[in-house]
Amino acid sequence: MSISIAIEQVSKRFGKKVVLHEIDLQIEEGRIYGFIGPSGAGKTTLVKMIVGMDMPDSGTIHVLNEKVPNLALLQEIGYMAQADALYAELTGKENLTFFASLYKLNKTEMKNQIAYAAELVNLTNELNKKVSAYSGGMKRRLSLAIALIQDPKILILDEPTVGIDPELRLSIWNELLRLKDEEGKTIIVTTHVMDEAEKCDFVAMVRDGVILTRGTPQELKTYYGADNLDKVFLQAGRSHS
Amino acid sequence: MRIAALVKRIFQQMLRDKRTLALLFVAPLIILTLMYFLFNGNTVDPKLAVVNVDYSLVNVLEEADINVKQYEKADKETIVKDELDGLLKMKNGKLELTLLNRDPTTSKALQMRVNQAVLHAQSKQMGQHAASVNLPQNSIDTKYVYGNSETEFFDVLSPVLVGFFVFFFVFLISGIGLLKERTTGTLERLMSTPIRRGEIVAAYLVGFGIFAVIQTVIVVLFSIHVLDVVMVGSVWNVILINLLLALVALSLGTLLSTFAASEFQMVQFIPVVVIPQIFFAGILPLDGMADWLQAVGKVMPIYYAAGALKGVMYQGLSLSEMSGNIFALVVFAIIFITLNIFALKKYRRL
Repeated sequence: MSISIAIEQVSKRFGKKVVLHEIDLQIEEGRIYGFIGPSGAGKTTLVKMIVGMDMPDSGTIHVLNEKVPNLALLQEIGYMAQADALYAELTGKENLTFFASLYKLNKTEMKNQIAYAAELVNLTNELNKKVSAYSGGMKRRLSLAIALIQDPKILILDEPTVGIDPELRLSIWNELLRLKDEEGKTIIVTTHVMDEAEKCDFVAMVRDGVILTRGTPQELKTYYGADNLDKVFLQAGRSHS
Repeated sequence: MRIAALVKRIFQQMLRDKRTLALLFVAPLIILTLMYFLFNGNTVDPKLAVVNVDYSLVNVLEEADINVKQYEKADKETIVKDELDGLLKMKNGKLELTLLNRDPTTSKALQMRVNQAVLHAQSKQMGQHAASVNLPQNSIDTKYVYGNSETEFFDVLSPVLVGFFVFFFVFLISGIGLLKERTTGTLERLMSTPIRRGEIVAAYLVGFGIFAVIQTVIVVLFSIHVLDVVMVGSVWNVILINLLLALVALSLGTLLSTFAASEFQMVQFIPVVVIPQIFFAGILPLDGMADWLQAVGKVMPIYYAAGALKGVMYQGLSLSEMSGNIFALVVFAIIFITLNIFALKKYRRL
């Protein structure tokens, strides 16, 4: 299987604070990769660097064999930030149309993609409502639909399920699994919820700018002799410090 | 293509925000109208007490629209008690003028009229004494370089006001528009798409620029046709100058929004950036200011725009005669637009 994202020796500091320290990571195509760790661990900085919105102080990142940052590459990356980042005065459909028109899509593709993305997050019947009238969960779903609008090969989701009820969280995860299995998309998810980490193919546990440990959830549990990832995280943290 | 999509979105957002539209299009008209009436109020004839004053002088004073009241005896207290504006007394063959001076403008005007009347009366007397000499009996025939005897302060002020409104509202609305994109995270999201930084800046200039054009046209046409402001130059030149000013305001507003963390902080730029510009816009005469103060005025965009607008609307100058001012505005716009593109590097290097 080919490598989708290659991160080599990436370091970043904001002032004196080291946010990321010599991160090495390779992400295979068609997998769900989870960055797990507490708030402030450096997860968001790392995913922003993959998108090209933040620059490492040293080290390189390659996405689909192209060096980041690269404008053309952004066509292949769907990014969903922690904030919903929607235009509240516009309707759901207008939001989708606006973002779709920033990508290279022809008219039919655009129409199909909007219908597909809306269907995916179960918002087809709410598309003509203004976003200001949406509930928190609906906004989150619309935000996810926008990340999928250009049918990208790589999906980067920063805390996609924060503030979403358990039922919707389950349906979003089922959809992510389907996107991976049926469409072969590479997905990066950051989270601090350990039971979501269980659903990832690989996890990397991040704390204080370093990767404490990495592997499949099963490997990690076996290695640390723990029965869940919470314990793995605590054990890995102890052995590291 | 991407620019068009962004411009369309700005339009959708603006057209749904009825209050902001009202602020942009209606508020300047209300303020202009208000100022028109404030500055063009009819002046009341000043009331002057006279004691012991020659009959012929009283006549001249009355001709000069002064409400003269004869007194046997009067002093400062009489002025206050009888609500007079001044007191003219003949004392030991000399005239003595006492002014209420509650409002210096009224006092100055009264003083001037009294002085003129006294001179006029004296020349009349001299004419009587030396009848053979042909002294000009007519009052001075006054001619005006700009405007006419009907010119009111508002006529001089209005070109400055038109420019100021365009600057102020465009600055505020475009600045807050981009700020909202920053605080809601949509700007970051935009930066995760293949859009170029220059495209975002261009779209903002075009999107809000169109609203600025509409505002300019409304304000200019309203001033000329409804408020009957003096307009001797070409309307097109006025619109062109305002357009340049709007471009400067637009790029400055979006640039300063980089340094604001909230709408409230954006509003804090008004006393720092917008208000000082009024002082240098030509409402106060610049010639008398200290050299360093004049130098400060030269870094203010409104200084150039107001100068150009006054030149075109009031003095009827052509654009080529105002080329220095227009060049300055273009330079301001280019500097601010370039800085905007750099400021967006915070979000993405490319």
